[in-house]
Amino acid sequence: MPAIQCAGLVKRYGDVVAVAGLDLTVEAGECFGLLGPNGAGKTTTIEILEGLTLPDAGAVEVLGMRWDDGARGRALRERLGIQLQDTQLGDKLTVAETVALFRSFYRRTHTVDEVLALVQLEEKRRARIGTLSGGQKQRLAIACALVNRPELLFLDEPTTGLDPQSRRQLWEIIGTFRAAGNTVLLTTHYMEEAERLCDRVAIMDHGRVIALGSPRQLIASLGADHVVEFALADGVQTSALLPELQGLAGVRSVRTGTDRVSLTVREVHRTLPALLALVERRGAELSLLVTHHATLDDVFLALTGRQLRDA
Amino acid sequence: MRDHPLFQLTLARLREFYREPDAVFWVFGFPLVLAFALGIAFRNRGPGELNIGVLRGPGDSAVVVALGGGHGLRATVLDSAEARQRLRTGRIAILVMPGAPLVYRYDSTRTESRLARLEVNAAVQAAHGRADVVAVRDDRVVAAGSRYIDFLIPGLLGMNLLGSGIWGVGFTVVLARKNRLLKRFMATPMRRSHYLLGFILSRLLFLVLEVAALVGFGRLMFGVGVRGSLLTLALVSVLGSLSFAGLGLLVASRARTIEAASGLMNLVMLPMWVLSGTFFSYARFPEGMQPFVKALPLTALNDALRAVMIDGTSLFSLGAPLAIVLLWGAVSFTVALRIFRWR
Ligand SMILES: Nc1ncnc2c1ncn2[C@@H]1O[C@H](COP(=O)(O)OP(=O)(O)O)[C@@H](O)[C@H]1O
Ligand SMILES: [Mg+2]
Repeated sequence: MPAIQCAGLVKRYGDVVAVAGLDLTVEAGECFGLLGPNGAGKTTTIEILEGLTLPDAGAVEVLGMRWDDGARGRALRERLGIQLQDTQLGDKLTVAETVALFRSFYRRTHTVDEVLALVQLEEKRRARIGTLSGGQKQRLAIACALVNRPELLFLDEPTTGLDPQSRRQLWEIIGTFRAAGNTVLLTTHYMEEAERLCDRVAIMDHGRVIALGSPRQLIASLGADHVVEFALADGVQTSALLPELQGLAGVRSVRTGTDRVSLTVREVHRTLPALLALVERRGAELSLLVTHHATLDDVFLALTGRQLRDA
Repeated sequence: MRDHPLFQLTLARLREFYREPDAVFWVFGFPLVLAFALGIAFRNRGPGELNIGVLRGPGDSAVVVALGGGHGLRATVLDSAEARQRLRTGRIAILVMPGAPLVYRYDSTRTESRLARLEVNAAVQAAHGRADVVAVRDDRVVAAGSRYIDFLIPGLLGMNLLGSGIWGVGFTVVLARKNRLLKRFMATPMRRSHYLLGFILSRLLFLVLEVAALVGFGRLMFGVGVRGSLLTLALVSVLGSLSFAGLGLLVASRARTIEAASGLMNLVMLPMWVLSGTFFSYARFPEGMQPFVKALPLTALNDALRAVMIDGTSLFSLGAPLAIVLLWGAVSFTVALRIFRWR
C-alpha cells in the first residue's frame, strides 16, 4: 500500500489556480520531494494531503485512509508528523514546554528528552523560543513533528532561509528518521536538497507536475549530463553563432539566457575544443566559460525556460 | 494529569500571560492605579469649611467675630477687587458686605453658596440675640457604601473582567491564527474543545487573582467592604468572566490580523465603558436610551456586582441581571463556534 495517493487534485483561490489537476503516489519508506519555484503550488498541495486544506476536486488517501474531521481523522493524525511552512510557535514558552504541549496531544510518544536529543536541542531545553536562531527554531518545529513517533513525515520547505550548516544538520535528522524505515514527503526549491535527500522528485510548475522520477533519471532525461555556459566579450551578439552551435560535436541542446548561452552536452572533451575554434573563427573573445554536471536546475530550465531559483 | 492536553493548554495560557509584563500590568496594575487615583480625587470631604469673604470697611471686624460663632465658617476680610475676583472663581462661597442692611452677595445657583448663606445668616442673627424657639439635637450618621469609591470598585471589577476576557481570549486566538499556530494545532489530534476549554480554565484561575486584587485593595486602602456573601461575589464574577470570554471568542472567531481584531475589540468594549455605569451611574443617560443601556452585559454585571458588594443582595435576587449576562455568554459561544475559522 502506498503511503500517499492522490488523483485529480484541484484547488483555486479566486482566479488563481494553485493546484491544477495533480496525481501523485508516494511509496512507503521513500523520501519524495516536491520541487518547484515559489508559487508553484507546493504548499497548497502538501496541505491538502495533510488534510488541512479542502481541495475543490480530487481524492486523497493517506496511509490507506481518507480525511474526515472526526475520530478517524484524529486516529490518522496520531501517525503523522507535520511541519508547516512558517508556523511561529509562541515566543514566551521554552523549548521543553512547547514539546511537552505537542506531546500531550498524542497517545504514543517519545519523551521530551528523547525528541530533543533527536534534533540536538538538549542544551536549549530551557531557552525561550524567542531567543532561538532560525535553525534552532526549525529543529524545534521538527521536534514537535517527531514527538509522536510518526511513520509519515510532511516537511514544507524545512531548510528555506537557513545557513548551510543548519541545513546539513536538518538533512541529518531527516536521514536518521528515514533510516528507521519511515516515509518523508518534503517540498523544497533547492535542487541540491532534492538531489541529496529524495529518492524521487516531482518537479512542479503552475500547479502541475511537469516531470517525475529519481533525480538521476530526471537529469538523464536531458540526454546529456554536462552543461557548458559561455558569453562573448564586448557585447558581441551570440545569436549569430546559434545555427552553428547546434551542430557542434556532442551538443544536445542550446538555450540562450539573458546574459549567457548554455549548451547541454554529452561529451565536454569534444565540445569544448569545437566551441573555442568557432569563437576564434568569428574573431570574438570569451568573457565567460563554465562547465558543470547537469543538475535538477538544468532540468527545470530545459522544461520551462526559467531558472528554478529566480523563477 | 501533567500529560493531559487540557492541563498543558491551560498551563501554556498561564505562562504566556505571566511572562508578558505589559499584560500583567494592564490586567492587575492598571485597575488598582485607577482605583487609587479616582478614590483619592473623589474622596468624600463633606461640606468641610466654607470660605466666607467680608468686605473691608467699617464694621468688618464685628461681622468676623459674629461668623466665628457659626459652624465651619472661615471668614477673610478682603478689598473689593480681590473679593469680586474670589467670588467669581468660587474661592469664597459668599461675600458679606457690612452695613445696614447687611448685604449677602452670592450665586444662588451654587449649592455651596446657598448653604453658606444659611450658615452665615444663622451666625449673624444669633450674634445679635436671636434665640432658637424649638429645641433640636443633631444625630450624625455615615451611610455605609455611599462614597464614590464604594460605587467605583465594583464598576472597575466589571470593566476589568470585560477587558481581560475580551483581550485575554481574543488576542491570543487571533495571534495563534495569524502565526499559523492554530493550523499547526489542527494538524495534531488535539480536540478543539480542549483548546477552547484551556482558555476558560485559565480565565477562571486569573479571575481569582483579579477579584482578590481589586477587592482586597479597595478594602485595605479605602475600607470598601463586601456586604453580601463572598461566595455570591465569586459566582457573579465567574458568570461575568465566562460570558466575556464568549464575547472575546466571538470577536476573534474570524479575524486573521491583530489590527482587525483590535478594531473589533474596541468596537465592543468602548460603548460599554462609557454606557455601562463603570465610572458614573447610567441613570444619567436619557430615558429613551435606558432599555439599550440595561441590555448590555457589562451594565448587568455592574448592577449585580454593586448589589452584592454595596447592598448585600443574595444570589437569588440577582436573577434579572445574571440572566442578561448568561444570555450574552451563551449566544456568543454558540455563534463563535459556528463561524470559528480554525485554519
Ligand atoms: N490562502 C490563499 N489565498 C489566495 N491565494 C493563495 C492562497 N494560498 C496560496 N495561494 C496562491 O496559490 C499559488 C500557489 O501557492 P503555494 O501553494 O503557496 O505555492 P508554493 O508553496 O509552491 O510557493 C500562489 O499563486 C499563491 O499566491
Ligand atoms: Mg510554499
